[in-house]
Formats: sequence, structure tokens, C-alpha cells
Amino acid sequence: MKRFRGFVIKEFNHILRDFRTLLILFGLPAIQLLIFGYVVSNELKDIHIAIFDQSRDRITRDIANKIISSEYFIFDGYLDNTHEIDEKFREGKIKQVIIFEPGFGENLMREKSADIQLIADASDANTANLVVSYTSAIIQDYMMDLRKNAGAKMQIIPEIRMMYNENMAGAYMFVPGVMALILMIVSALMTSITITREKETGTMETLLVSPLKPIQIVIGKVTPYIILSFFNAVTIVAMGYFVFGLPVQGSLSLLLLECLLFISVALSLGIFISTIVETQQMAMFFSMMILMLPTILLSGFIFPVENMPEVLQWVSHIVPAKYFIIIVKSIMLKGTGMAFVWKETLVLVFMMLFFIGNSVRRFKIRLE
Amino acid sequence: MNKETAVIRVRDLVKKFGKFTANDKLCFDVYEGEIFGFLGANGAGKTTALRILCGLSLPTSGEISVAGLDLYSNRERIKKRIGYMSQKFSLYEDLKVYENIRLYAGIYGLSRKEIKQRTDELLETLELEAVRNKRIAELPLGWRQKLAFSVAIIHRPRIVFLDEPTGGVDPITRRQFWDMIYQASRDGITVFVTTHYMDEAEYCDRVCIMEAGRIDAIGTPTELMEEYKAENMDEVFIRIAR
Amino acid sequence: MRTIIHLLQKEFIQIFRNRFMLPIIFVMPIVQMVVLVFAATLEMKNIEMIVVDKDLSEVSRRMTAKFGGSPFFNVKSFTFSIEEAEDFLRANEADIVLHIPRGFEKDLMRENQAKVQLLIDAVNATTAGLSNAYASNVLRDFNEQIIIENFGPVSQGMERVNIRYSFWYNPDLNYKIYMLPGILVILVTLIGMMLTALNLVREKELGTAEQINVTPIRKYQFIIGKLLPFWVIALFELSFGLLVGKILFHLPMEGSIALLFLFASLYLLVALSIGLFLSVISNSQIQVMFLMFFFFITFVLMAGIFTPAESMPDWAIRVNTINPLAYFIRVIRMILLKGSGFADISGEFFALGLYATVMMSLATWRYRKAA
Repeated sequence: MKRFRGFVIKEFNHILRDFRTLLILFGLPAIQLLIFGYVVSNELKDIHIAIFDQSRDRITRDIANKIISSEYFIFDGYLDNTHEIDEKFREGKIKQVIIFEPGFGENLMREKSADIQLIADASDANTANLVVSYTSAIIQDYMMDLRKNAGAKMQIIPEIRMMYNENMAGAYMFVPGVMALILMIVSALMTSITITREKETGTMETLLVSPLKPIQIVIGKVTPYIILSFFNAVTIVAMGYFVFGLPVQGSLSLLLLECLLFISVALSLGIFISTIVETQQMAMFFSMMILMLPTILLSGFIFPVENMPEVLQWVSHIVPAKYFIIIVKSIMLKGTGMAFVWKETLVLVFMMLFFIGNSVRRFKIRLE
Repeated sequence: MNKETAVIRVRDLVKKFGKFTANDKLCFDVYEGEIFGFLGANGAGKTTALRILCGLSLPTSGEISVAGLDLYSNRERIKKRIGYMSQKFSLYEDLKVYENIRLYAGIYGLSRKEIKQRTDELLETLELEAVRNKRIAELPLGWRQKLAFSVAIIHRPRIVFLDEPTGGVDPITRRQFWDMIYQASRDGITVFVTTHYMDEAEYCDRVCIMEAGRIDAIGTPTELMEEYKAENMDEVFIRIAR
Repeated sequence: MRTIIHLLQKEFIQIFRNRFMLPIIFVMPIVQMVVLVFAATLEMKNIEMIVVDKDLSEVSRRMTAKFGGSPFFNVKSFTFSIEEAEDFLRANEADIVLHIPRGFEKDLMRENQAKVQLLIDAVNATTAGLSNAYASNVLRDFNEQIIIENFGPVSQGMERVNIRYSFWYNPDLNYKIYMLPGILVILVTLIGMMLTALNLVREKELGTAEQINVTPIRKYQFIIGKLLPFWVIALFELSFGLLVGKILFHLPMEGSIALLFLFASLYLLVALSIGLFLSVISNSQIQVMFLMFFFFITFVLMAGIFTPAESMPDWAIRVNTINPLAYFIRVIRMILLKGSGFADISGEFFALGLYATVMMSLATWRYRKAA
């Protein structure tokens, strides 16, 4: 045990000595969280639109004003004909053109019905969908007020409550995602590289002939990173709380325990990778290529898993980050406890055991 | 050996890494065609000096000329006239034997015909024709070292720098390796070699003994043994170290 | 020139000899592209709804049925307790709660207005916004329906606006054709940058870089030798990915393919020289890897590939002027999907050109043959 402790301390010193690596380990995740917390968001803001108003009456101006004054859109000017639309879209700045039919106000008053056409640049289907939905919601709101003022009958008035996130802050969605991404990649990458590095430089052999047991060697290499990653996790939670105003509704200690569990999953995945590959280069390609995009796309970080095709929902079951994100959101934002997240926790535990078990098995085969 | 022409001239060479002085006012000449041994314990500053002469490291101060050219103004021109073999094996392990030779010969600007001719010659001398199409990774260490040396002189340089070339090699291969060095010397290549094996010092025409960044002694092995009243170079070294 | 050819020959031999790397370089990215492109959708379906109907009236039942019949909503369960309904939200088993208070029908008939409550799980603000929009639409339709039933179609306060949508360039709102170029560019860049960045630093660690440094090779020759092979591989990979996209996803190619490749060549030059620069300033593969990780993830998430770049804060848009990925993502989508021509994207072209020159000079300048 004493020997083992000495080994862990040696590993620790080894990491702490390299200032640049340290800076990267702690500085970069913090900076990234800051950047992404503000940048990564599906919220609609400042979308440029143009209007082709063939009626130019009081009502069309009112509707236009209502749309323009919302924070979603920036008005880029009136168009004079439909030919300009294609040109504007091709330049790439304007994403939506709103067309009012001729005599819009008159039609509305006399025939109780008038036409608006929303043309969206749908090369980005997701944004186009949002833009059109938001625009029509604004128009419908306007109509609702108009009718109410006219003394309408039988109005159903929806009262909306946005639960857990009254101000609809995008950060509530993205901070847990960024946390999962950073912890996953940094931890898995670090472990897989350090261990393959030992293999590549031949120092692994030296360790193997030492009286330390293989499992002690691996744990010794990994322990410093568990502590470092945990420190990172705490930093991220603290920044989420102080910078982005994410509450911690549930138990903080449970949250931190879950972070520790997720880090352990990532590290054991790193170990597992290092038993498969031979060189640092391969370890890096493996970790980056296999982990990055699935962690971004299949975890619910940006795109909700429920909306994906069934097959992909199945694939997402093997992405550890997915479970972690659910756990973090539940504990931090919804204030739930173990009763609500035990299933996800169990899956993570199982994943960790799977990676460790397989690593040990592969490691033994190598030794024989 | 031609005592008239110094192919390497070093005056007051100083190299500092921060506060640490790795080379402290070194002065020596290396003459055309000789085998010049640079001796000393690990960390004495041999490799630092050698790397400066090869243009891999910049000196802090001092006057240096290599192959008749001033080091400061002609570093890249000097490189055409020298060869280098580092203590770390540095051929590409994932390339085949002939691919490594072709690469370096190509970089030194040899023509296609020359490359082919010298490759054949070289493999024949080394008796490595059979492994021509093998990857370096598959060769035993001794063969690799011999190959690395041959590649270092593929462009027939005036001087070749060898940094601990025989480290970790078995005695027989070491012997063969020194035969190769003699052959190169006979072909007119000046050899600058560092080593910490004292018995190898006796194979050199002249040696220079370094300790803690300074030159302690310089001369032919016989001169040094006489001066320090020693039976062999080992004893010389021990006396100096004291 | 002959020196460069020898260097290129060497790099290519090394790449193609590595049995393990080849599938990672050429197969994995394409597989990932094909699979992951399906994930990048915000298209809502099956919004899980819990109904708390305390009114139990004819109108409330019809309203619930209206939600059930909508393609967006799936009425999952009924309950009479708000607390129980909230538990569904908390356990991530439902997205929205429709609460119809007691006396709803009565209020609607007598007071001419009645309230319903919608509780939406807003942890994801975007989907919450969409759920809200869809739910409001269903309510509005239902409202209109009962008004018409009671008062006929043309009555006071029945003004109606017909909103018609047209989605240009992509009428089916196929998100895949938009995401595919994005994901492909991420993968191509990642492979190209990683190969370039790791290659030189690996040679430094192995000691082979030193052997090259004692040769009279010129710095620019060396840099070209380290850049060109991966540039060729990345371009090949891009073409291959586009081809797969065309065949499997009918990726439109409205604009000039030549123009696209002109841009791609320039862009990859920038991306790869950034990788090379990072490896020139690093001493170990670990260092270069973490630097890469930082810059790359930052570039990817800021480039507007998955989230709209226009909605980012101003400072982020300014930061994007040094994000090569942001330029190329914009351009590749414009050329492929909208058929934009050179005039539309000349700004990006010159920016990337300048960027490439700067990065390559920087990498060459910082590369030291002697320390």
C-alpha cells in the first residue's frame, strides 16, 4: 500500500510539473464553458427578415411593427417585387420574407379573412421551422388582441407556465451538455493517451516487472486524473451557478457524486481504449473520432433524443453522456433525487463495470 | 591526417540554458580525415557541443567554423557537407530499408541514378541485401545502427557526427561498427564521435575529455596515457576525474 | 522540387502502410456522417402530454381529443391531480401538462372567455417554445371551430388571417441535406487537422525530426511536405463524402462544384496549417492534442453548424471572423443548397485566402530547425 501511494504521488507530480498541460486541463474547459454557455443555443435571435407589403395599410403596418419589435427579428427593409426574394436569399443574410396580399386590411374587415405568405430560406430546415413558427405565433397574437377588442365571443385563453426555466434561458439546456462533453472527452482522452504513452515508450514494461500489481498500476495512473477531472466538474458546476444562474435545486452532494461516477465511466472508457490501441496517435484518433460527434449529437446536448428516428434512439442508449445529461438536468434544474434518476445511475455504473472488466481481461491476455 | 587543415575550428564556445552552463569556453580543432573522440560522463556537455556543430542548437557565444564555413552565417550550407547520427535511433521504423535510404539520398539532392547505385553499394557492403524490403522495425538493433550510420554518410559528407553511436549494442556489433568508422575515415570522411565507453577512446586518432562543461584534456590516446602515467584510457579518465 | 516529391512519397507510404489508421481515416467518418445526420433535427413529434381535466365537460373532452388527433401531441395519461402531473414532468416522462380547470365550459359559455393552463417543461427552451407554439395553434383551431359551430363563419370578431408557408430551396424541410455538409466538414477537418498536427510532433518525439533537421532541407519544403499529403487526403475524403451524400441522401448540388472545390482547397489549407502551427509550437503529442481539442471544439460549436450562427451574441460573431469553419460551413451550404455564385461569397474567399497566407507563413516562421 505504501509503495502504491508513492506511485500515485509520483504520477501526480508528473502531471503537475508540466505547466502547459495543467493550463490546458483547467483553463480550457472553463473558457469553453464560458464561450459555449453564451454561444451554443437554438434560441432564435436577430434573424434578418424583409417584408413585401402590397397593401401598406394600418393593419399590415401594425403587424409588421409587432414582428419587427420582437427580439427574434431584425428588419432589413421592404421589397418591391417577388424577384428580389431569390436574390436576397442567395446573398445569405435574409432568412424570411413576409408578403401581405394587396388590400390586406380591407379584406380582413369586409370578408373577415386575409392572406399572409411567409417565405423562409429553408436550406436550414431547423431554423426555418422556428422562424416560421415564431412569426405566425406573433401574427396570431395580434389577431387575438384585435378580436378581443372587437368584443369576441367564447375565447379560450391559454395560460402558459414554463416550468423549471421561467425565463426560457438557453443555458439551462447547454450547460449540462457542455459539462458532459468536456468531462467525457478530456477524461477519456487523457487516460487513453497516458497509458498508451507508457506502452509506446516502453516504460510500461518497467512498471510491469515492478512488484506493483497491474491493477494497481492502472489505478495509480488514473487516480490523479479522477481528482483533476472532479475538480473540473466542480468548477463547471460553480460557473453554471454563478455565471449562468443555473440553480442547484436538488442535493449538491448527490450531483457531485454523479459527476464522479460519470468521470469514472469516461476514465474507464479511456483505459479500455488504451488496451485496444498501440500508439498515442491511435488512442487520440479513437477517442476524438468515436467520442466527439456522438457525444454532441446523440446525447440530447443540442438535439432532443425523442425527436430522432427510432434506430438512432436505440444507438443513443450506448452514449454515456445521454444518461449524465438527464441526471444533471433532473438534479440541478428539477430538484429531483435518487428516486427519479436511479435508472440512469445504474446504467452508468454498469457501463463503468463493463469497461473495467473488459480492460482487465484484455490486459491479462496481453501479459500471458 | 592533415594537421594543416582544420575542418572544425572552435574558439571559446559557450552554451547556456538559463543559468546552467552546458559548455564553458570550449576551444579545439578537428583536422581533416581524423577520427576525433569526444569523451566524458553523461551530462558532461558532449552532446550539447555536437548538436551545436551540426546546427541543431544555437551557441550562446564563441567562434565556430565547420567544413570551412562560419557557423553563424552558413548553417544551412554546412548541412550539405556534414552527416549526423543521433543517439536516439532516427530512421523511420515503418519504412522499408531501401525506402529510408531513398528518402535521405533524395533530400540531399542525389539523382535517381546515384540513389540506385549507392543503395545497391551500401546494402552490399552491409550485407543487408536480403532485408532490402523489410521494414526497419523488423531489424535487430545492431543492424539498424549500422544502417543509420550508412544513411548518415549516403551523401559523402566531409564530416560525420556520431552521437554515442554504440550505446546499447553488443560487443561484436560494436567492433563491426568501428570497422565501418575506419572505412569511412579511409574514404576521407572526418569522424567526430562522442562516447562514454573509454575503451572506444583508444580507437580514435585524437580524443578530448570533457567534464562538467569544460575540456580537461586533449591529445592522442598515447599522449594522454603518457601524460597521466596510465596503462589505458580508463585510468586516464579516473585520474582526471579526481 | 525533387526534395518535396521525396518527402511526399515518404508520407504517403507511411499513411497507407498503417493498417489500423486507414479505416479510421476513410471509413469511420463516412459511417458517422451517414448515421449521425439523422440526429440533427428539431422537428417535433410525439410531444408527450398529460391531461388534468377537472371540468369533465363536453367541451373539455373535445379539446383533449383535438390534442390527441394532432400529429405533434401524444396524450399519454390522464390524472386529476396537478402534483401527480408535475411528477411526470419531473421524471422526464412527459413534456407538457394540459390543465382544464373546473367550470371551464361554464365560463366559456357565460363569461365568453375561459382559461386553460399549459405547464411546459422548459429545461430546453427551444423545444418548449415550439411545444408552446404548436399547443397554442391546436387551441386556436379548436376555439375557431366551436365559435363557428355556435355563431356561424362570418360574425363580429371572427377576423382570420390565413398564413401560408413556403419553404424555399428545401420544401420538405429536410434537415438532413442541411446537416450533412456540416457534419462532413467537421469530420474532414478533424481528420485533416489531427493527422497534420500529430504527424510533426510525433516525429519530434521519435527523434526522426532531428535527423531531417541536420539535412540542408529548406523550411518551406519541409512545411509543404507536411501539409500537402493530408490536404490531398482531406480533399479526397470531402469528395467521397459528398458523393455518398448525393447517392444516399440526394444532397442537392445547385451551384458550381468547381467553385466549391476551389473554396474547399483554400479552406483546408487554412485548417491544416493551423494544425501544423499547433504542432510546431508543441513538444508532445499530449500537448498538441489538447490544444487541438480546444480549438477544434470551439470552432465546431461556434460555426453555426448545429445552432443558427445569426442568433449568437455580437462578440461571438466577431470571434467567428477567425473561425475558418464558420466561413466554409456558410459557403458550402450556400453553394450546394442555394446555388450561390462567386459574387455572393467573394468576401469569404478573400478572407480565407488571407487567412491561409498568414497561417502558412506563421507555421513556416515558427518552425525551427535549431533550438
